[in-house]
Amino acid sequence: MLHTLSIAELGLRLVRKEISSVELTRFFLARIERLNPALNALISVTPDQALEAAAEADRRRAAGEDAPLLGIPLIHKDIFCTEGVRTSCGSRMLDNFIAPYDATVVTRLKSAGAIMLAKSNMDEFAMGSSNETSYYGPVKNPWDTRKVPGGSSGGSAAATAARLAPFATGTDTGGSIRQPAALTGVTGIKPTYGRVSRYGMIAFASSLDQAGVFARSAADAAPVLKAMAGFDPRDSTSVDAPVPDYTAALDAPLAGLKIGLLREFFEGLESRNGALIHDAIAIYRALGAQTVEVSLPHLPLSVPTYYVVAPAECSSNLSRFDGVRFGYRCENPKDLTDLYERSRGEGFGPEVKRRIMTGTYVLSAGYFDAYYLKAQKVRRLITDDFRAAFAQVDLLIGPTTPTPAFDIGAKMEDPVTMYLNDIYTIGANLAGLPAMSLPCGFVDGLPMGLQLIGPHFSEGKLLNAAHRFQQETGWHNRTPGGYES
Amino acid sequence: MTDWEMVIGLEIHAQLATNSKIFSGSATAYGAPPNSQASLVDLAYPGVLPVLNAEAVRMAVKFGLSINATVARRSVFARKNYFYPDLPKGYQISQYELPVVKAGSLGIVLEDGTVKTIGVTRAHLEEDAGKSLHEGLAHASGIDLNRAGTPLLEIVSEPDMRSAKEAVAYMKKMHTLVRYLEICDGNMQEGSFRCDANVSVRPRGREKFGTRAEIKNLNSFRFVEKAINYEFARQVELLESGGTVLQETRLYDSDKNETRPMRSKEEANDYRYFPDPDLLPVLIDEPFIDAVRATLPELPDDKAARYARDFALSPYDAGVLCASRELGAYFEAVVAASSKASAHRESGNAKLAANWVMGELSSALNRDNLEIGASRVSPEALSQLLQRIIDGTISGKIAKDVFEAMWSEGTPADAIIEAKGLKQITDSGAIEGVIDAVIAANPKQLADYRAGKEKLFGFFVGQVQKATEGKANPAQLNELLKRKLGGAS
Repeated sequence: MLHTLSIAELGLRLVRKEISSVELTRFFLARIERLNPALNALISVTPDQALEAAAEADRRRAAGEDAPLLGIPLIHKDIFCTEGVRTSCGSRMLDNFIAPYDATVVTRLKSAGAIMLAKSNMDEFAMGSSNETSYYGPVKNPWDTRKVPGGSSGGSAAATAARLAPFATGTDTGGSIRQPAALTGVTGIKPTYGRVSRYGMIAFASSLDQAGVFARSAADAAPVLKAMAGFDPRDSTSVDAPVPDYTAALDAPLAGLKIGLLREFFEGLESRNGALIHDAIAIYRALGAQTVEVSLPHLPLSVPTYYVVAPAECSSNLSRFDGVRFGYRCENPKDLTDLYERSRGEGFGPEVKRRIMTGTYVLSAGYFDAYYLKAQKVRRLITDDFRAAFAQVDLLIGPTTPTPAFDIGAKMEDPVTMYLNDIYTIGANLAGLPAMSLPCGFVDGLPMGLQLIGPHFSEGKLLNAAHRFQQETGWHNRTPGGYES
Repeated sequence: MTDWEMVIGLEIHAQLATNSKIFSGSATAYGAPPNSQASLVDLAYPGVLPVLNAEAVRMAVKFGLSINATVARRSVFARKNYFYPDLPKGYQISQYELPVVKAGSLGIVLEDGTVKTIGVTRAHLEEDAGKSLHEGLAHASGIDLNRAGTPLLEIVSEPDMRSAKEAVAYMKKMHTLVRYLEICDGNMQEGSFRCDANVSVRPRGREKFGTRAEIKNLNSFRFVEKAINYEFARQVELLESGGTVLQETRLYDSDKNETRPMRSKEEANDYRYFPDPDLLPVLIDEPFIDAVRATLPELPDDKAARYARDFALSPYDAGVLCASRELGAYFEAVVAASSKASAHRESGNAKLAANWVMGELSSALNRDNLEIGASRVSPEALSQLLQRIIDGTISGKIAKDVFEAMWSEGTPADAIIEAKGLKQITDSGAIEGVIDAVIAANPKQLADYRAGKEKLFGFFVGQVQKATEGKANPAQLNELLKRKLGGAS
């Protein structure tokens, strides 16, 4: 039952030589082989590289080295470039793309000793909230395989929920870690913008993208984030600030913590979902936290703002996929224009095209001021709202999503309804704030998420608050039926 | 007939002489095998990010200070979006709304000697694109991304120039300046320094500008002049025959000496500029500016003013000698060596040195296509030659022959004078003897001269110098000859 153990417990067994990393890796690879076909959570499995890396980790341990992640397996979202391994970004465009280098996140976790087992399925170029836009087909939610796992990091979320690995990486541009974490009942953290390097992470919307972690608990996420975070000279937007020991701060008492209840998050919240959030708030009060209601008046504008800013950046970021140097190229192009049009027309799926077209439109002459510039102004107002709120409180609390996981296919024909699924998560991206989602109960047998949002660089406080909650509740230890053993 | 006035603004692209590219660590050397200097960042691989080269910013600031411009405390890189195979990212990173340098100026000397100030609207940093290669490839185009990401400083002038000559003078002045600052190698053949010219015409006296055409990628001073003059004539002809000038981009064909439209307005790109979210705004503080200011060399105008003042040179001569740091340094070395060797007033030496450096030396360099640093005659050797003119050993005319021998043989002036027996004849008696013989041999010319045909004086000078192989001291010869021809014995 190695898949039920925490990272710390696995580490202890490795230290005591009760198991080796090679054994642990074989265990999870076998689990992947047995359970992934029903989930489609993974795009590529890399057993040879994994076993080689595990053997190396065992040698490092034998040589006396010890580190929290040394020899612990993980799954990377297929948005991170991994040298010598296909990096598809969930797209036909990159189905044939073998990255020639490692992303900084990959390099850091590698040097921390973590073992990559596989690369996870995702919405194409991280654009989607259900994992249905992937070229590799939808990921199934382990709690109910008729349901979506959320997106865009749906594969990493489903894999973590199904215990295919102790943890997984993800990226969050508008909720792509927190929303799938909520819908699959796992713990997910999106750090402050700039906390983790974006180098080697295929860009969707550069000013919003941030890498983060899926794990079964805040205590498991802490050492992973510690290993991933930190300044990277290759990413000009990464921040040169020391990375604290998140694990050491997990147990700090919450007495006196001021938690803000976001009025805008509770308005119109479905009652069963609302009841779970209020139960969670009661637990925080019991832990000594004070709660006050706060308002972010501009927050309701976050979805339209996001759907201007993110497509604008994506329309430019995805221009490099032109069929010239790498990736998909159409057959027998007639001329240069034909090469561009058909390579992109055939290589990208409908959601990516929709966003490229939206983004191109909002940046066009005559529309730039009305859309892009106005969205930037509203973005600043939303950021100011958060700043004002954090002058009063330490953390904000609310739901992660409006509803539990929905049926596969239910929202694909209606992009706007799909976009509204990100209504609670987008604000933190627009303001660059750290935020996390943790399991807080079930509605109709499906997990729901509690969202915590903190001021810039408050990851330690978020993990601390999440950990104390998880010590009082067992939601995060629930395993979907069929994946217990 | 309408009197048409030409209005010109230039956009100069100066490649900055950094060792590595503006957003990647790749080298920027010219002429390397295709794509050997293209990293994953230059190739725009998925996931890579740009990191600004601080040296490029330093150079831009240095330039800004040299033209008394405002150095922006905050400037922003934007993305200019368009598809082209030599543009790997599908966008060019370029400063757009907030450039690093704003509102400077540069003075140029007009033909009549007056100084005209040309406004510099802005100078901004951007990356160069790669190159498409078509030669030697059947049914395909090659792409060389070595140049992609090379830092450029785009220097945009106000529409202040009124003739092709002014435009050339401005461009030459900028060329001199960027090399003084050592921020650009100025190599125009390799495209390190090139410009786009915006040309319009209007009836003289009217304030409103006409519609302009932009002539792209002019990479020689001669082409700038010819292309502008062609474009002026084209626009005037068009307007006088009732047509209108289109705002368009044109290309200059140097073989046919004409400009042709590059792309029509219908195909014009909407570049969809927006701030690049991968790069932070460039923040520049006072200490940084002060540190850059401390590295400024003596600027061309200051040096020219010093030459004019200290060496009594005309502003024109001073300007020519300051065209490059190297030329100025050579000239000053000649003056310094001459001052050491001579008791004459320095300014006299300097004037002579200036004439020689701009005259004989420059033509020899041009003839052999050499840079001043590769001169076959050192400043010290030239100074020795000039010394022999000053001390009367040889005439200026003979000195030119001696210089040619020094240039081709690499021998010092004194050795050549000695070996070829070129020492000037200063013995009055000897010169008089020759004069007498010449007069005796040319009675007709003597009679004509005395009858008023004074032009024949030159004939007699020539005959005497022919007989002395040019060695008669010119001043003495003139004086003696005048006396003898006048009838004195």
